[in-house]
Amino acid sequence: MAAPIAAKKRIDFQTEPSRYRHWKLKPDGATAELIMDIDENAGLFDGYQLKLNSYDLGVDIELADAVQRLRFEYPQVKVVVMKSGKDKVFCAGANIRMLAGSAHSHKVNFCKFTNETRNGIEDSSENSGQKFLCAVRGTAAGGGYELALACDEIILADDGNSSVSLPEIPLLAVLPGTGGLTRITDKCKVRRDLCDAFCTTEEGVKGKRAVDWRLVDRVATNSKFDAEVAAMVAKLAASVKKPEVSKGIALTPLARDIGADAITYSSVGVAIDRVGRRATITVRGPEAAPPDDAAAMHALGDQFWPLRVARELDDAILELRLNELEMGTLVFKSEGDAGRVLAFDAFLGALSNDWLALEIRNYWKRVLKRIDVTSRSLVATIEPGSCFAGTLAEIVFACDRSFMFQGTRKGDNRGVASLMLSAQNFGVYPMSNGLTRLATRFLGEPESVGAAQKMVGKTLDAGTCEDLGLVTTAFDEIDWDDEVRIFLEERKSFSADGLTGMEANLRFPGPETMETKIFGRLTAWQNWIFQRPNAVGADGALKRYGTGVKADFNPERV
Amino acid sequence: MTTSPMPAGAVDYTTKIPNNVNLADDQRVLKALEQWHPGYIDWWMTMGPEGFQTSDVYLRTAISIDPKGWAKFDYVKMPEYRWGILLAPQDDTRQVNFGAHKGEKAWQEVPGEYRANLRRLIVVQGDTEPASVEQQRHLGKTAPSLYDMRNLFQINVEEGRHLWAMVYLLQKYFGKDGREEAEGLLQRRSGDDDKPRMLGAFNETTPDWLSLFMFTFFTDRDGKMQLESLAQSGFDPMSRTCRFMLTEEAHHMFVGETGVGRVIERTCEAMKAAGIDDPHDINRVRALGVIDLPTIQKKANLHFSLSLDLFGSEVSTNAANFYNGGLKGRYMETKIDDDHALTSATYPVLKFIDGQIRMVEEPALTALNMRLRDDYVKDCQGGVNRWNKVMEKAGIKFALTLPSVAFHRHVGEFKGVHATPDGKVLTETQWAQMRDQWIPSLDDGAFIESLMVPCWERGKYANWIAAPKVGIDNKGGDFEYVKIHRA
Repeated sequence: MAAPIAAKKRIDFQTEPSRYRHWKLKPDGATAELIMDIDENAGLFDGYQLKLNSYDLGVDIELADAVQRLRFEYPQVKVVVMKSGKDKVFCAGANIRMLAGSAHSHKVNFCKFTNETRNGIEDSSENSGQKFLCAVRGTAAGGGYELALACDEIILADDGNSSVSLPEIPLLAVLPGTGGLTRITDKCKVRRDLCDAFCTTEEGVKGKRAVDWRLVDRVATNSKFDAEVAAMVAKLAASVKKPEVSKGIALTPLARDIGADAITYSSVGVAIDRVGRRATITVRGPEAAPPDDAAAMHALGDQFWPLRVARELDDAILELRLNELEMGTLVFKSEGDAGRVLAFDAFLGALSNDWLALEIRNYWKRVLKRIDVTSRSLVATIEPGSCFAGTLAEIVFACDRSFMFQGTRKGDNRGVASLMLSAQNFGVYPMSNGLTRLATRFLGEPESVGAAQKMVGKTLDAGTCEDLGLVTTAFDEIDWDDEVRIFLEERKSFSADGLTGMEANLRFPGPETMETKIFGRLTAWQNWIFQRPNAVGADGALKRYGTGVKADFNPERV
Repeated sequence: MTTSPMPAGAVDYTTKIPNNVNLADDQRVLKALEQWHPGYIDWWMTMGPEGFQTSDVYLRTAISIDPKGWAKFDYVKMPEYRWGILLAPQDDTRQVNFGAHKGEKAWQEVPGEYRANLRRLIVVQGDTEPASVEQQRHLGKTAPSLYDMRNLFQINVEEGRHLWAMVYLLQKYFGKDGREEAEGLLQRRSGDDDKPRMLGAFNETTPDWLSLFMFTFFTDRDGKMQLESLAQSGFDPMSRTCRFMLTEEAHHMFVGETGVGRVIERTCEAMKAAGIDDPHDINRVRALGVIDLPTIQKKANLHFSLSLDLFGSEVSTNAANFYNGGLKGRYMETKIDDDHALTSATYPVLKFIDGQIRMVEEPALTALNMRLRDDYVKDCQGGVNRWNKVMEKAGIKFALTLPSVAFHRHVGEFKGVHATPDGKVLTETQWAQMRDQWIPSLDDGAFIESLMVPCWERGKYANWIAAPKVGIDNKGGDFEYVKIHRA
């Protein structure tokens, strides 16, 4: 048996349509086609073929890129039609041999990223005025149907063969873990007993029954299929209320230098300390004041500081997640002029009708969510010269702990460390639970949110921040070095698994949403099942899949 | 209710549906079948043989399952044919003979865990039966003789009976889902864009009689191989059903093999009479009103490659699951000398790797489709050899060959690969240039169609086909196999 698929090979999240192996993005005016036509011989790793439009992380990286480009490069698009480029199969879901050959860590990271991509599709629909229609001809099984479920509407060919299914339980002894279970109950609102029947029927459901059970929105015979799709597209397009846009901006390749222990971007730096098992991510504030107006921002395109930083930070987080599995703690730092960061917040806040300004804020929301669900210990250190203000202060609030330097350092003329709040901290960047990070932080003391809101625009020193509850602890020069060192060393000494579980539990208090269920409840169960012999043991269903030999299950209920 | 016990193998004709499964005592299934019956007749009247529903056809009807004397011949109007439910006799000692359940007593009921898989196997098999009737429904009009017309109709009614056989299994053993699937078998239509039949070859057209003969030789032989492997099933009712269906299927392949053989025979005879030695002198041969041998080769290439697609992917998880579960075995399973579990064996599979066609050892369990296909190719070769004997005997230097399994494929390893009939890989452009050398062109089709004129006179045969050596049921040369009475 080949070595398990893990992070032995560096995974790159940067791609562009001309390099796609698996998808075709065809924008045409207000609609676009997103065609899944997977090259079975272009898997990310050796040892499996991506047959029947089954996917691996490489396929999903392209999909995430396409969804992102649709927002920024083709804002005029109102409806995206997702379909298969292959006959008789829409998508067979995640590739089973890839999963069976993967290290546990890779499975989890893969599922997390695919979940983020699907949530991103729903976010496009809700916040970017880009509706998704999934046109299913052939089989949409497992992850294939989950992909369809992330779209606004699903039309299924009524040809006696095309079907939707979640065959994970009968076939593989795992869960439809990319939102499948949650979306059929909470998005489609399928009756729970029908869900049970659906999820235990390997061949799935087709035709009229799929509509009756609310698993798809519509079925159409082959001869009427294209006309129905066109009608649904027109209806979806009419439902989109957004200003008419003629053209987008280009997302050019990131300026990025990857070294042995460092990744350097234009405004983000990652320094890896392998002995300390931590990575320090430093975000640099804007080099200049915001441009004069919206037109100047559009002219800057992807070099406009907030967008540039968001793309770089997003990539840095993904790089660390997939390629640096042992860097258990991420230390966030910032450098720059906090006032300028606030000026950018104000600039974007004033452009409430500009599509690009809106997209940038939406993107920041997703990047911050990506940080929220990153299973590493997150810590922010707010030191003299830092610029955690407004949007960047959200990074502090995303962290498990935050330390703030009190007073000044001898010989340092940068003044005292400060933190600043902007309107952006009070509603623009909700977490997956639907609340802002501050509202989540102060779940038991809502008045503290009000107190913080009164401080918008003010320079807040360590003492004030500690009083307001915005940071965990403030240390002065005497204690700082030791306290931070001891915290980091202690963190390194704990069990990585224990920390992951604890942090994930503590980060998301408050209400449940479809997203929190997908990330929390569902992934927790899935990751438990992914460790159990019934799935991954030598005689388990994942290992035996494809051999024809039936899995040998331990019948004990836990 | 009580019924008098019948001798083993006897068919009960007292119910509307002739059967040897004691339907009279199985009211639930009898009722389900009786409810399905009008829909079937409706399907037969609209999709069955076109234009001959009132003709009297000299057909055989199964009256017993005794291998000797199981059928009787008589004139029947096709819609009045007694389609029945006939299973080979039950053997109480029969076991599951392969897979993880080997050695267990054969199942008389469907095991819950295999319900979906068994249903799928039955539905796919069942779907092919009415499909071929639909594909062949226009051919009566151009029959080259009453003898051939009768053979066509015999095949059609028996494919109809095979549908009944599958529907019986669905209705008896698969509850509500089974009844829905039984309805579905009447709803789909060969070649219909909206409701196509499930497998590709069963949506192709059968435009002429040479196509029919090729279809019954090549495609029905796939059916035979599938039935042979389903006849091995640990699910005993399916095994018994398929075993009896194979008795009927043999005639279909006989029609195919002798049909093509008679076309070849007639061509050779005409060439000899005209003094033509070169089989490639196509225009002169065609001028004789017979089908030239290279075109027959092209037809064989087409039907062989389409039929190979029916075996599915060479390496198949489904096939492995079916075998391991004891649902579908290998051809002649019980005659094979091995462990019948295949959990450690390998089997050579022809694959397309790095632009080359190569033999690779694969786990035998997953390579079962490949194995069945290999058995099929051997079976086909036997018939091809007999065709070649006809040419040899006539002294015509031409031999038909089976093309490479990489040639003209749409399913499996070689889908998307262009290859010559002898297995050399080609570029798309080369293929486009050469295609008409290997697959019937539109011109070839038009020529064959031009020969398709009816010949319905007793004892007469169309010019392009030789008379058979012997008649059906030992009838003499001018026997009236079909009394047409056209409405």
